[in-house]
Amino acid sequence: MSDVKATRQAYGEALAKLGGENENIVVLDADLAHATMTKFFMEKYPDRFFNAGIAEANMTDMAVGLAEVGFIPFVSTFAVFGTGRNFEQIRNSVCYPKANVKLAMTHAGISVGPDGGSHESIEDVALMRVLPNMTIFCPADEAETEKALRAAVEIEGPVYIRLSRMTTRALPEQDFVPGKANCMREGKDTAIFAYGTMVERALDTAEMLKAEGIDAAVYNFHTIKPLDVETISKCAEQYDQIFTVEEHSVVGGLGEAVAGVVAETGGCRVKKIGVNDKFGQSAKPEELFEMYGLDAASVARQIKEVI
Amino acid sequence: MLDISTESCKTLRKDILTMLHASGSGHAGGSLSCVEIMDALYGGILRIDPQNPKKPDRDYFVLSKGHAAPALYAALAEREFFPKEELLTLRKAGSHLQGHPDKNKVPGVDMTTGSLGQGISIATGLALGTRAKGYDSRVYVLTGDGELQEGLCWEAAMAAANYKLSNLTLIVDWNGLQIDGPNEEVMNLGDLGAKFRAFGFEVCEIDGNDLDQVVKALSAPAGDKPRCVLAHTVKGKGVSFYENQVGSHGAVPNDEQFEKAMKEIG
Repeated sequence: MSDVKATRQAYGEALAKLGGENENIVVLDADLAHATMTKFFMEKYPDRFFNAGIAEANMTDMAVGLAEVGFIPFVSTFAVFGTGRNFEQIRNSVCYPKANVKLAMTHAGISVGPDGGSHESIEDVALMRVLPNMTIFCPADEAETEKALRAAVEIEGPVYIRLSRMTTRALPEQDFVPGKANCMREGKDTAIFAYGTMVERALDTAEMLKAEGIDAAVYNFHTIKPLDVETISKCAEQYDQIFTVEEHSVVGGLGEAVAGVVAETGGCRVKKIGVNDKFGQSAKPEELFEMYGLDAASVARQIKEVI
Repeated sequence: MLDISTESCKTLRKDILTMLHASGSGHAGGSLSCVEIMDALYGGILRIDPQNPKKPDRDYFVLSKGHAAPALYAALAEREFFPKEELLTLRKAGSHLQGHPDKNKVPGVDMTTGSLGQGISIATGLALGTRAKGYDSRVYVLTGDGELQEGLCWEAAMAAANYKLSNLTLIVDWNGLQIDGPNEEVMNLGDLGAKFRAFGFEVCEIDGNDLDQVVKALSAPAGDKPRCVLAHTVKGKGVSFYENQVGSHGAVPNDEQFEKAMKEIG
């Protein structure tokens, strides 16, 4: 384990490890094995690796056929193609018949960086959230990525795993219970809900707020579906405001999911912090976080404006 | 043992019309055009067991043109995968027999389909998967002609040839008509034989409503390439007022038409 690693790298390594433990695991990629990091699996288990070429829709439907005879296929490409171009395959061939297919998509969010807006998926969570039978994981670091993968293998049915190109630092290790958010930090004034690359930023934000006398809790929502309604309701009762931060559009993401729960159960105000209904662009990832108001300082500023 | 005959084809046609008449909705034209193909497959070509429909090393059939579900249901009921009385529940609330096939609801349905093009890809995955498992399974997939306008079909064809899936047989129910008109008017399919050959398939062309030709083509031993059977059929086959009619795609017989059609089939 290293201190700093991209979850796509952690995914590739964990997948190769799991391949040795479970011979039913097969992997499909669409000519991006060296970017999604499925190359580690490909090198170790070439007989169980299928390169579908640049044909995401066929890749996904072939995985449905492989799942039908007992394999556990992991399908990988970039999130923007894997959930966008592929949406109707995922809807009708994967989720509708509840096929045991795992969709592990990398390069999610604006932190893709220089490749720019065409490659930066800010809508994948929204697309996957609306599908019945779907489970959505978004791990925050290396250790959590392996745990999410193991959980995905245990689940009989579709799982979407959202992964990043950008590195994240190792966070304090916690249990991974699907559908149960982890409290990474207690706080008496407010709560920040984050997932993926935003968890470490939310923790930094909380440190900054502390220096200014605001004590913020941080929750890691590694599972976006099924949603941890219990934690949301508890926080809605405990705090006057909840903040959601995500490297995803504020339309259809965790923020709207949380706001939807709170609107029904009653409680506090929910402020959604994320990509404000616009596309990404080319820049270094850290520059993009600043430009889109998603670096720790910008998030702290937005929280202070509300409190 | 082959249990395939013009008599059983008649039964399937009558069952299809009975189902559509009872449900008041469904697709007559494309269900009637593929009757000989369905009768041949379920009458003995597929190595399947109604008592054990999920046996992993069986043969597989994917109805990629899922709107022909009545033909599949009729064939399955005829081979006792489920009681024939259920056919009358087609498309009704609570029925197992959905408008398009659902593998989780109907014994013997190998794959959930309905969105055109996807079944061909899934069948390619099944062929790849059964071979990887070491099974001696053959995988058959039936597509419509208009369906081949979906780009996904050609992604799947490329993959099937790439992986040398000689256990895969793709059957095209080539009745020449689709919802908005003849294929040539909507989007010309061109020379399908040349296209599939160029993609790396072994291609044969048959009269898809001639039972002997169908049985011969579908029971031929696998070669070393995926196979494409271009089955020329008549949309609405067996019912005079449906045959070769564009409008027969989503047609359902009223009482009078039902009587007439049942008499014609005999």
